[in-house]
Amino acid sequence: MITTTNPILRIHNISKSFGSSTILNSVSFELAKGEIKVLIGPSGGGKSTLLQCINCLVVPDSGEIELESERVDYSRKQDLYKLRQKIGMIFQDFNLFDHLTALDNITIALRKVKKLDKKEAMRRARLELDQVGLSDKEALYPAQLSGGQKQRLAIARALAMDPKILLLDEPTSALDPTLIGEVIAVIKGLAVNGMTMIMATHQISLISNLADQILFMEDGRIVEQGPPAALLAAGSTSKSQGFCDRLNELAEVEG
Amino acid sequence: MPNALSAVIDSLPYLLQGSFLTIGIVVSAMFLGLGLGIFMAVGLVYGNRFLRYLLIAYVWIFRGVPVVVLLFLFYFGLFTFLGLKFSAFTAVAIVLGMTTGAYQANIFKGAILSLPQGQLKAARGLGMSDLQAIRSIILPQILRMSIPAWSNEYSIILKDSALAFVIGAPEIMARTQFVASRTYQHLSLYITAGIIYFLLTWAGVIALRKLEQYVRIPGYSHHGNQ
Repeated sequence: MITTTNPILRIHNISKSFGSSTILNSVSFELAKGEIKVLIGPSGGGKSTLLQCINCLVVPDSGEIELESERVDYSRKQDLYKLRQKIGMIFQDFNLFDHLTALDNITIALRKVKKLDKKEAMRRARLELDQVGLSDKEALYPAQLSGGQKQRLAIARALAMDPKILLLDEPTSALDPTLIGEVIAVIKGLAVNGMTMIMATHQISLISNLADQILFMEDGRIVEQGPPAALLAAGSTSKSQGFCDRLNELAEVEG
Repeated sequence: MPNALSAVIDSLPYLLQGSFLTIGIVVSAMFLGLGLGIFMAVGLVYGNRFLRYLLIAYVWIFRGVPVVVLLFLFYFGLFTFLGLKFSAFTAVAIVLGMTTGAYQANIFKGAILSLPQGQLKAARGLGMSDLQAIRSIILPQILRMSIPAWSNEYSIILKDSALAFVIGAPEIMARTQFVASRTYQHLSLYITAGIIYFLLTWAGVIALRKLEQYVRIPGYSHHGNQ
């Protein structure tokens, strides 16, 4: 059982609108160290915006973010830079730096942000490449990697920064079905090692096996939350159950 | 015809000396334009409203006024007014640099806007400051992309540099006119000048094409692969 008495991350009443449309409507939750929360729900429900608000890639209109009991001041750029250093982000479409080799994709932030010297940055980067099974690919450019390799590299790049929390925005959605497995294996490995994560995904095996808690988002709100054992129990009438049933049917159709 | 030929042969070293000055003007102007262009492109895309309007005004002025007018305006007007004693060479390099800067700004701006948004997001997501992200992630990519357009700019500025003769910089055009007015071999001498300009354009464009290939990212093309 995870205790939330001293959460590593506290999100309180976060709202965000673009123009006249409200994307996030007063979202709150707490995340404990080592906990894995999985965001599910229909697209357009605000999952991606919520993730990007957590590390202030999208700055919330209102509401509070507290990381390790320190409240983020949105008006201070230094606060935002510090927050983002401590929170890793994995994107659906990888967003690797196209002009850099696999190795340099990892070393660039170690050198520019963490100010490591070149040798130390390369040592660390090789360690992370090895962790995701890409040791022999360090000299290749992103365009020379497969989708699965790209996403594993993106994960290695994020982990090299020693993040307290990892945000994953549909990490397997852009992948060929045959390449999803290798990325899932890496994510499961992170879970085993106790990484604190918030992940938006439609991957049923990640939802039911990894989640400590499911957050079901719809119309910019968290409309349902709880452990998968409760929400996805046989005979449950939860929205999460209905959603996962549809994902399952889809998976069967796809074979 | 022997007169025409000997006029060309006799004056060739003199004309070629002028081409060093031309190259000097063009290289200085292109690099000044590169610096201005990068700065202005970043300002046009990421700057606040005030900076953007300022830069848009700059681009419009240098796009909308003929180079020869700018040259006179700066050399005889502005520089004198400000008490700056620039040589004709320096004045031409500055005016052409500021002009190509306006065009290069638009080239780089277009390249920045064509980069996937995710590049900046990923850089910020790793904790990079905006300046670090622009310098380490955005610029290396857009500069590569911009080489073909940049080589266009080079050929335009090279030819515009002939205007330097109107304020007395002894470059190719000025020297050709000087010799032609003394020998009356206008046809052969201006053909020679034309050939020199052509060869300089050709050499520069080929060199830039080589550069483009040299810095090309393996497996990557901006024209829709993946």
